[in-house]
Amino acid sequence: MQPLSNIDSLLHFSPEILLVIFAAAVIILDLIVKDDESVAVAYLSLVGLGCVCAAVLIIHFSFRNPVSLFEGMIRLDEFSTFFKILLLFATAATILFSLRSEELDERLKGEYYALLLAITLGMFLMASATNLLMIFIALETVSLTSYILAGFLTHSPRSSEAAFKYITYGAVASGTMLFGLSLLFGMAGTGDLTQIGGQLTEHLASGAVAPLAVLIAITFVLAGVGYKIASVPFHMWSPDVYEGAPIPITAFLSVASKSAGFALFIRFFYTGFGATGLMEAVDWPLMLAIVSALTMTVGNLAALPQQNVKRLLAYSSIAHGGYLLMGGVLLTSEGIEAILFYLIVYLFMNLGAFYVVVLVANEMGSETIEGYRGLGSRAPLIAIAMVIFLASLTGIPPFAGFFGKWLLFTAVLEQGYYWLAFVGLLNSVVSLYYYARIFKAMYFEDADEETDRVAFSTGTFALLSVFVIPTIFIGFLNIFYTFSNVSVSVLPMQ
Amino acid sequence: MTLQHYLVISAILFTLGIFAVLTRRNAISILMGIELILNSCNLNFAAFSRFVTPSDDINGQIIAIFGIVLAAAEAAVFLAIILAIYREFGSIRPDEVDTLKG
Repeated sequence: MQPLSNIDSLLHFSPEILLVIFAAAVIILDLIVKDDESVAVAYLSLVGLGCVCAAVLIIHFSFRNPVSLFEGMIRLDEFSTFFKILLLFATAATILFSLRSEELDERLKGEYYALLLAITLGMFLMASATNLLMIFIALETVSLTSYILAGFLTHSPRSSEAAFKYITYGAVASGTMLFGLSLLFGMAGTGDLTQIGGQLTEHLASGAVAPLAVLIAITFVLAGVGYKIASVPFHMWSPDVYEGAPIPITAFLSVASKSAGFALFIRFFYTGFGATGLMEAVDWPLMLAIVSALTMTVGNLAALPQQNVKRLLAYSSIAHGGYLLMGGVLLTSEGIEAILFYLIVYLFMNLGAFYVVVLVANEMGSETIEGYRGLGSRAPLIAIAMVIFLASLTGIPPFAGFFGKWLLFTAVLEQGYYWLAFVGLLNSVVSLYYYARIFKAMYFEDADEETDRVAFSTGTFALLSVFVIPTIFIGFLNIFYTFSNVSVSVLPMQ
Repeated sequence: MTLQHYLVISAILFTLGIFAVLTRRNAISILMGIELILNSCNLNFAAFSRFVTPSDDINGQIIAIFGIVLAAAEAAVFLAIILAIYREFGSIRPDEVDTLKG
């Protein structure tokens, strides 16, 4: 299939163009409105996201066949549409959290929302890039913007430190990745992801390229991708960054950034190297399986002693990265499908848990587990919602997290990786312990001082139910399975 | 000059960059190390474009130009963050910036 030329691509590219227009409009509106009316800016960003979502859907339904845009730079298919909708939802939720959050400086909120729209654009490109150059630009757009957002609380040492650690790790990881990409480019003689695999196989067969060189190049690329999805050994930044960043940004990074990283991971390996002989020269599945097992184990064990709930959820999010990687071990379509389904589930349950963290931080002024003491009697509905999210994160039926894990485990078991499934199961049990600590604080420990009930507005409960209801029901709805199934079926196997 | 010369130089640059990032105790020196890493990649792309791809195919050089732009953007953000660190901690030594632990 011939890629579309630059001019013809513009129509298909309209969601991204709309995002840029709205990001610019947000900056301009921020200059016009007064400092204490920054809510208007947030609403404009939400309207923008709504328009982009409509554009994504319209384009999806009017051009059903996958197309390559901009001379093969990016690809528009069900897979990228899946991630675009997922990411739009995550961004919209983050904007709504930010409206409630009391951490952020009102005067700077205009820039903040514009940056959120810019990062969404970067993630859109990450989910659809099919060229080495585009992959790198998309990754850097997301990274640079998230460094700024992590350090957005300029008056807070924690936030500045988070940004500093983030950019130091991130810049080295993306530099290493670029070095790997440059080697791949040199060995394949092309930057087009759809051709690289074939070219490399040819050159390997003729002896023009050494297998070790390909192994090194791909490992370097894995450093960049692994850093985005916070897999061991590139996870060190994530607890510090998650703890220091504003809570809405932590939620955003743990869900959206990770999803976009997985989109890139899947597209890079599945499209680029899926069925070529490259996968046989090195035991990739075993390497990925080990990384996945280490990631979940490290994440879960490090989460056990944590007192700060944000940091605890950071480690839990590393562990979930490990579970998700299980699905990618053999790059089978069942595994990828399980990853996509788990990403939907993870989006709702993790964002929901972080929303409760925002609410508790606002009302109790605390991010530690002590702040959750007596929440069961002080704010019963919030506490119940938190229990549902935590149960789902653990993987207890009948919540959605159970069905997500079920799919991942079956995908792994079908491929004969019994030990990996066993490690995953053990890890789920371990994770129950630290999730239960929050549960225990909420219901079995009394708050030290006041024990008044805390009143929340209807809007808070409405937003909370947006996360609770899917967390309960997604597993029973066929449409989400179909959604992830269709999204995988379009990925070209070579 | 053959392709090997360029690749060896870029590999040396890359290693020096990683070495600087790991050993230097000053945020600016770390930034310089990162710049070395990014420049070694640009050198690679330009060299591959000259020696490997057909002469009318300038994709490699284009990627190198984008690499320079992104390196500049990264340096700008990094310096801004260093400034914020200096305001909060009165130091730009990474080992003194460690309130987040656990």
